[in-house]
Amino acid sequence: MNIEQQDFYTQAILSMAALIGLSSFLMLGQGRLLRMIFVFAWQGLLLTLTTTLVAYSQDNPHLYISAVLTLVLKVIFIPWMLRREVIKMNSHRDIEALSNKVSLMLGGAGLMVFSYYVLHPIVQTSSPVMLNALAVSLSVVLLGMLLMITHRQAVAHVVGFMSIENGLFFAAIVATNGMPMVVELGVAFDVLVAAVLFGIFFFHIRTSIDSLNVDLLNRLNEVDDQNTEQNSPLSSLSSENRAQQ
Amino acid sequence: MNWLLAVIQIILFISLAPLLAGWLKWCKCYLQNRKAPSLLQPYRDLLKLTHKQPVVAEQASWIFTISPYIIFSATVLAATVVPLIAVDLPTSASADVIVMVGFFAFARFFLALAGLDIGTAFGGMGSSREMTISSLAEPAMLMAVFTLSIAASTTNLSVAISHVLDQGLVLRPSFAFALFALILVAIAETGRVPVDNPVTHLELTMIHEAMILEYSGRHLALIEWASQLKLMLYGVLIANIFFPWGIARSFAAEALAYGLLAIVCKLALLAVLLALSETLLAKMRLFRVPEYLSFAYLLGLLGLLSHIILEAAR
Amino acid sequence: MIAAYLVLLIPLFGIVFFAVTGHKKDTGKLNIQLNAISLLATIWLAINVLNKGTIISPDQAFLIDPFNVYLIVLTAFVGLTTSIFSAPYMAHEKDIGKLNDKRLKLYHSMYQGFMLAMYLVLTTNNMGIMWVAMEGATLATVLLVSLYRTPESIEAAWKYFILCGVGIAQALFGTILLYYAAAQIGNSDNALLWSVLYANADKLNPDILEIAFVFLLIGYGTKIGLVPLHNWLPDAHSEGPTPMSAVLSGLLLNDALYAVVRNKMLVDGATHSNMAGYLMMGFGMLSFLVAVLFLHRQKDIKRLFSYSSIEHMGMMTFAFGMGGPLATFAALLHMTVHSLTKSAIFVTVGYAAQLAGTQRMSKIRGLIKTQPKIGWGLLIGTIAIAGFPPFGVFTSEFLVLLATMHSYPWLTLPLLLGIGIAFAGLFRHIQPMVYGEKPEGQRPIKANLWPVMIHLAWVLWLGLSIPDFLANWFSQATLLISGSTPL
Repeated sequence: MNIEQQDFYTQAILSMAALIGLSSFLMLGQGRLLRMIFVFAWQGLLLTLTTTLVAYSQDNPHLYISAVLTLVLKVIFIPWMLRREVIKMNSHRDIEALSNKVSLMLGGAGLMVFSYYVLHPIVQTSSPVMLNALAVSLSVVLLGMLLMITHRQAVAHVVGFMSIENGLFFAAIVATNGMPMVVELGVAFDVLVAAVLFGIFFFHIRTSIDSLNVDLLNRLNEVDDQNTEQNSPLSSLSSENRAQQ
Repeated sequence: MNWLLAVIQIILFISLAPLLAGWLKWCKCYLQNRKAPSLLQPYRDLLKLTHKQPVVAEQASWIFTISPYIIFSATVLAATVVPLIAVDLPTSASADVIVMVGFFAFARFFLALAGLDIGTAFGGMGSSREMTISSLAEPAMLMAVFTLSIAASTTNLSVAISHVLDQGLVLRPSFAFALFALILVAIAETGRVPVDNPVTHLELTMIHEAMILEYSGRHLALIEWASQLKLMLYGVLIANIFFPWGIARSFAAEALAYGLLAIVCKLALLAVLLALSETLLAKMRLFRVPEYLSFAYLLGLLGLLSHIILEAAR
Repeated sequence: MIAAYLVLLIPLFGIVFFAVTGHKKDTGKLNIQLNAISLLATIWLAINVLNKGTIISPDQAFLIDPFNVYLIVLTAFVGLTTSIFSAPYMAHEKDIGKLNDKRLKLYHSMYQGFMLAMYLVLTTNNMGIMWVAMEGATLATVLLVSLYRTPESIEAAWKYFILCGVGIAQALFGTILLYYAAAQIGNSDNALLWSVLYANADKLNPDILEIAFVFLLIGYGTKIGLVPLHNWLPDAHSEGPTPMSAVLSGLLLNDALYAVVRNKMLVDGATHSNMAGYLMMGFGMLSFLVAVLFLHRQKDIKRLFSYSSIEHMGMMTFAFGMGGPLATFAALLHMTVHSLTKSAIFVTVGYAAQLAGTQRMSKIRGLIKTQPKIGWGLLIGTIAIAGFPPFGVFTSEFLVLLATMHSYPWLTLPLLLGIGIAFAGLFRHIQPMVYGEKPEGQRPIKANLWPVMIHLAWVLWLGLSIPDFLANWFSQATLLISGSTPL
């Protein structure tokens, strides 16, 4: 079925899907953290709008609650928390020097094609054009992972992680008109706790290595030559042990 | 009858282009709190230039003197392909969008040659920058128009526009992407901020201006006119491809007048948006322009992908 | 049914209670008592299930069948013995100033939180809730891994969080696809209930389920520790406090495998190719071989045993992937004995590291001479995990090899080779630690090795002769999973 033959809501939802995919691409190329967080908030807003649209057109009141949850979590709370962290760390003045933005973007387009290829069998067997949005949601997940791989700032990792969750949420809305309420609430709760834990983690990482650049978290590796035992958690035990003699 | 209309359309194109430039300047001045010259000032400038004698360097070859005419003619030919107030005119039916891009490339080629011709440093620099930008901008533009072409199953602009009009208001994700891509490319190709500043003459920043630095008199007038025409062309492309409502589909006088009014309003609005972006955005550093253009290419690609993934039948 | 609710409510109470009082002196004892009550509740539940068969709660939210009930009892048991170990251990840590009140509160309440998440994964009938509980288990333990706040532990916890978080997100996508497939055949309210899905498995669309299983395997497989998704495991298990290592190795990996097997049962019902099984076999074999090779390179004792965990989980995944009653029985037995042995080993390792003052194996020497109990405990534990008879691990590995020879004879060679390499790797490191020269100034420490001895005794018993009720249990579970019993 062509898009002209779909009703208005389907068209709108598909357009939202495209815009959500676009926002993932926009996040990929951002060097500045504050802008990335802003785009992420936009993605959350688009997601909320899509949910509301689906709720209205499918007459499913549960989704209104999900939309509100998404709004509160993904548009307000998490971007606010991340913004606070970034400004506290003064990293809003840093630019992540991504040397290969172009290849990154084209790689992202490749991921989109790949996700369509993976989901092709499903789309064939079933039904409306709507489900092709599943391909978009999988590509948002994959693009979130690409974001996490290529950026070095811990905040970028969290944004990537949350955008993976965005993609998953979008898949749930589009393919199944939302999961059962219990599961939705559980997932939202998990996301909330994860966000809070990330905040705590930023604090710890910052205290321990004084930066949020995860390239500096490199003490544990397989080669393991330079890992001296002064840093072992039990080293003070040995001194205690010996001191008691 | 149709051919007469086609000629009238071309004349409209040529004559309205300086007006658009004047309106753009008016908006920018208003935003920047300056007193704007009158809307007809570009016409007066062109007239003044034609009265002056062109000063040509001794080392200049025939390319230098021929180029302005070629550039202007090529741009006018490109203008014949684009529907301004009516679709189904014989000129638009005879060539498609790839020919239009070809005409642009032809004009650009001679512009670059002219810049190189005298042998000054500025000219060569401008030509090389222009070629860099256009080598990246052309694929992006083609991607964007291909999205339209695939949706309408034709590369002919008037047929495509009629097809889009026939379907009424359809929200297509692919068109959204193609629109953004085309806007980005238009800014790059017409040499506006943030890619190139059209009023600067600083070595660091000029691209288009560098190539035409040596021109004067009627040569300069032709080149200026051609660049104004190019700006209008891109504006008409954006307005009529993505928001085609108002364009005349028959040749009744009413429809034509309505079409003219529609396109004038759309162009005026686009000019306001362009003025806003020129005022608010800073010019990008040159090495970031390839990134910008590959983003435009990516948008075009995404538009194509979303068409195939989200919209097309299987 | 009440037993099931009790099993879930006790840890819930524990979370809240310890969040407030976790720093008091007798918290350790209270933790032990709470876990003991949990164990009693789970045993009660198990007896119910053994007598009445599968129990499903009235609102279909919980499902207790022979497969998960023994895992529930195992979870409670290991939780109890680890808490017996943890009480004096954590008190000691507090005394020497490594931990303060706030962190102790966090530790104890998250210990119960982890137990709750484990029970929830095991008892729920709803695949979505299973996912939520899995993620909850990760979240509960993430802060515990970085409890000591050293740079390495923070790095380990960050790695754990990110890798497991992203991995589990894939599992959520798989669950969504599963839901989508289920919603297509009718009832969207019950679409995530395992019991309903299992009953209607043949109606589900096989293509969708195959894709869903790939995502589920990758997702939950990250938590099992399948190569190449295992990178968080050695770090997280070695940098956290020892009781954490014990429960993570012993319990969390089992539950993730349980989730995968549940999903495999659905997929096998729907598709009629053996794709799920082959995938599991492939990943299992890969994990097994990579882990045994990595064993040799380790310099930290806890990382050594973490790789041993990966190796055994790989073997279990391989066995479950093969399917068939013998392999399934073997895998179930292996889950039990591995859990018991590994947690015992980690307890002993914790004491050994405390004794020597470091986790570097090159610096730990002469354990038998200094404190024979610890030395012997480590030695016997390693013997048990390496697969020596008469311990239970030998029995289960033997059964796995038997099943492999029966179905895929050419795969027995890598398995045998791997077991041999693992044995060599383990002993190469353990030998000097246990028997080497005792360094200057090493004194015995206060150590309560009862949990270790109880676990190893169980493993020995399971190796010598599996008691009837357990054999019955296992064969009922095998019947459920693979459709026939080995006995």
